[in-house]
Amino acid sequence: MRLIADDLSCERGGQRVFSGVGFSLAEGAAMLVTGPNGAGKSTLLRATAGLLQPASGRVALEGGGEAFPTVAAAAHYLGHHNAMKPTLSVFENLSFWRDFCGDAPLDIDAALDKVDLRAIAHLPFGYLSTGQKRRAAIARLLVSRRPLWLLDEPTAGLDAEAERQFSALMVSHLVAGGMIVAATHHPLGIDAAVELRMDDA
Amino acid sequence: MLALFLRDLRLSIRAGGGGLTGVLFFLAVVATIPFALGPDLNLLSRIGPAILWIGALLASLLGLDRLFQADREDGSLDILVMSSDRHMLALSVLIKCLAHWTASVLPLVVAAPVLGLVLNMDATSIGATTLTLLVGTPAIAFVGAAGAAVAVGLPRGGLLVSVLVLPLAIPVLIFGVSAAYAAVNEPDPFLPPFLILAALTLFLAVVGPVAAALALRYSAD
Repeated sequence: MRLIADDLSCERGGQRVFSGVGFSLAEGAAMLVTGPNGAGKSTLLRATAGLLQPASGRVALEGGGEAFPTVAAAAHYLGHHNAMKPTLSVFENLSFWRDFCGDAPLDIDAALDKVDLRAIAHLPFGYLSTGQKRRAAIARLLVSRRPLWLLDEPTAGLDAEAERQFSALMVSHLVAGGMIVAATHHPLGIDAAVELRMDDA
Repeated sequence: MLALFLRDLRLSIRAGGGGLTGVLFFLAVVATIPFALGPDLNLLSRIGPAILWIGALLASLLGLDRLFQADREDGSLDILVMSSDRHMLALSVLIKCLAHWTASVLPLVVAAPVLGLVLNMDATSIGATTLTLLVGTPAIAFVGAAGAAVAVGLPRGGLLVSVLVLPLAIPVLIFGVSAAYAAVNEPDPFLPPFLILAALTLFLAVVGPVAAALALRYSAD
């Protein structure tokens, strides 16, 4: 499986954010998107996820087969928002996403163990702290299998221990043949990651 | 898909009762009209079906703007859109509409017979009005989904949704009320307007979600 972006350019509100960006990612590879604020990191991730129509260029997934015909079908997208409902418990939130997204390699308790949230799984999501919310959102990546993780500032709000834990999760995802594209300002603890530096257009 | 239905249902029951707000609004509209019209019982029972229909129409427009906005604000909408290869987006929209209808509009249909008593309507008239509400109100939710999807990116889209949806909901209102009247007024046949109402609901069940899915796909930025 291979993720390919060719000569990608995006506009927001009629303003060119970036142009001529291209990359290619093989199984087991990670790419860090770095650059100053406003350089277009999030825009690049959303365009890759298919949530934003690029002004030119294309993003494609090769070799996804029938299970993953498009990039969107093969991807988990973790944006700035956690995609969780504040009135539902952590467990209910995760079991909804597992049922909706399908293809569940882990049960929810096991996924919660991996992010250290099992003890508070019964609490409404809205009562959690920022870091705990982020960890619950990370657990969503684990409850259904997707080869490509698109992460936008994934460690925002995480403490040092949780960051280490998350690095380990990402490394084991890569070892299992996954791919990661992450927009970040901090090193994420993935040694083999290539860097795509976005500069102000 | 069942998971999505159950989640939306659970959310609207738990998050401060969107259904209850609608019922209270419905009650407020219907209960104030007799005060305004005066104590003419014949007049009330004659215009009862129309009052119930107008009240239900307005009350069911109340929560519509939140249909997709809540999901957009917390990022869930992105994931629903991205999952469209597994679950067709129009189908997800349809399921969300059905959950919205069950949680917020079905209580209105249940409350309608009680409010019918307040309006001095007789049993046939109450039964016919409730039946037409049951068949007709889903259509409002389906049209509403298209309006809500168009306005999803706007921070104060609530009024816009109502203004967009109301003209499209007028045919539903017309056939709903005329079927309810036909059940009571002897020479008019009940079945033709009622069947057209059912046809409207089925037609909008397809067109509404498809239009909403298109709007959602291109409003995601």
